[in-house]
Amino acid sequence: MSKETKYVIIGGGVAGLGAIEGIREVDKEGEITLVTMEAYPPYSRPGISYWLYGKLDDTTMPLRDDSFYSNLGVTLMTDCEATSIDTKAGTIKTKGGKDIPFDRLLIATGGSPILPPIDGAEGLDMVFSFTTYKDAREIGKKRDKIKRAVVVGGGLIGLKAAEALNNIGVKVTVLELMDRILSLAFDKTAGDLVAKGLVEAGIEIITEDTAQKVVSDGGKIMEIVLRSGKSVEADALILAIGVRPRVELAGGAGIDVGRGILVDERLMTNIKDIYAAGDASEAYDIIYRERRVTPILPNAYGQGKQAGRNMAGTDEPYEGGLSMNAIGFYGLDTISIGLVDPPENGGYDVLVRLDKENNIYRKLVTKEGRLFGAVLVGEVERAGIFASLIRDGVSIAGLEETMLSGEFGHVHMDRDLRVKRLERR
Amino acid sequence: MRYVVANEDVCIGCRLCEIACVVEHSKTKDIVKAYKFEEKRELPRSHVEEVGPVSLSITCRHCDDPRCVAACITGAMRKGEDGRVTVDIEKCVGCWSCVMACPYGSVGMDKEDRKSVKCDLCGDREIPACVEACPNRALIVVEEEVG
Repeated sequence: MSKETKYVIIGGGVAGLGAIEGIREVDKEGEITLVTMEAYPPYSRPGISYWLYGKLDDTTMPLRDDSFYSNLGVTLMTDCEATSIDTKAGTIKTKGGKDIPFDRLLIATGGSPILPPIDGAEGLDMVFSFTTYKDAREIGKKRDKIKRAVVVGGGLIGLKAAEALNNIGVKVTVLELMDRILSLAFDKTAGDLVAKGLVEAGIEIITEDTAQKVVSDGGKIMEIVLRSGKSVEADALILAIGVRPRVELAGGAGIDVGRGILVDERLMTNIKDIYAAGDASEAYDIIYRERRVTPILPNAYGQGKQAGRNMAGTDEPYEGGLSMNAIGFYGLDTISIGLVDPPENGGYDVLVRLDKENNIYRKLVTKEGRLFGAVLVGEVERAGIFASLIRDGVSIAGLEETMLSGEFGHVHMDRDLRVKRLERR
Repeated sequence: MRYVVANEDVCIGCRLCEIACVVEHSKTKDIVKAYKFEEKRELPRSHVEEVGPVSLSITCRHCDDPRCVAACITGAMRKGEDGRVTVDIEKCVGCWSCVMACPYGSVGMDKEDRKSVKCDLCGDREIPACVEACPNRALIVVEEEVG
């Protein structure tokens, strides 16, 4: 009997969690060590906005109970930053100078917030990013001092921060450089419907503008001057324009890096026994048919899980990522899946149903009878059927009209297709 | 693993499965009280799809590698050691990521409380309430060896 395999996971996000679960499906014995630079075991990262307004609390934020890790024999090392990887020796070094040996390594370092240069913002204690539990706690600690806040970035993170702040009584202004919010995940119509709801809830949204300068007095923020010359009174600034893959650790170890860490179809990097998953990596995407950074949670978890299985000896390709987002603001449920703004010359057909009065919108993006993307606003029931049809590349010819209606279900498919779609997987 | 499936050839679309599910998940487990007097009427965990002559009840397959669990942002959706996929409503924030992920469309939405609702195979019940209630035996429990 050979010695137990030592697995090391760098990063305490859902990719790391998925890897633990993937490894343990295959190998019940090997030593698993998860190191995270954060102070907490894997927690709900998108949950930080819910935490800020009290819908989640410290007991509900962890993704798994403490007993989960002890039952699976996982050593959790929090507040432990990996500073280098020695691919030859098979060790990682931590900030404390400790060497941790590995037989298989997963790099799941996630993304780091992009901080736009804004005059006068540096060194102020009321300037925050909004990607970690720590960020949310910092804001929470200072909430009594925040009456007005400016959020830079009208994407998912920025709007979730805006919603949470608005819910705790802060007057919020969102700045978005594009002509619409949610430009990455949703199309203009959906973005506008969401914007309408946010404005009705009391959040101000300014598009085609951004923060240029912070005016402060003795370290206290007074107002934010915008590129247009307008200014907005504020006592806090939240920077939420996006995240970029955290690739420095991998790059420094000689691992191939593009925009993200490059992996093969088994999610292994160019170095044997070293894998990567989640927001830090570029894994295969089924819509774009190429490797791509798609920093969304289900992909991160799925990649982590498959990487974990493969690290433990399963030899299976990753099924491929599919971009999808579910968000709800003030009762308006919105889901986008796959390609939602197709290129004009790509040969795609776009089908739309819009009922502005009732905030209902549906859009299908198809090509040669197959579904490539869907946007559902207002009626999102059974949205997963759309995701599944996209993923499996199934012909939906003849189903388009019912798919645009809110009633669509398996019963609209012909029998053979329905029976197949309802098989357990 | 066990799960419930419908034979569409014999489903008559009576929706008694939905009603039995509501009653089973109610506080009193009494049909009259569950529908008329409880503070909040539970939602059915299965739903009947029906168009013209075709009808069938659709409910969770308790997948081996559940997409709802992969997509859940808070860890509310879990696959237990017994194979059941369940949702912890204390942790659910109603983001509907599970709804977006489930290929069967079998995660329900409690829009009032913003919580996901789904089949839990009726806890300790030997035969799930929907299966027991089906007058035409369209619903059956499938037992599969876990691979």
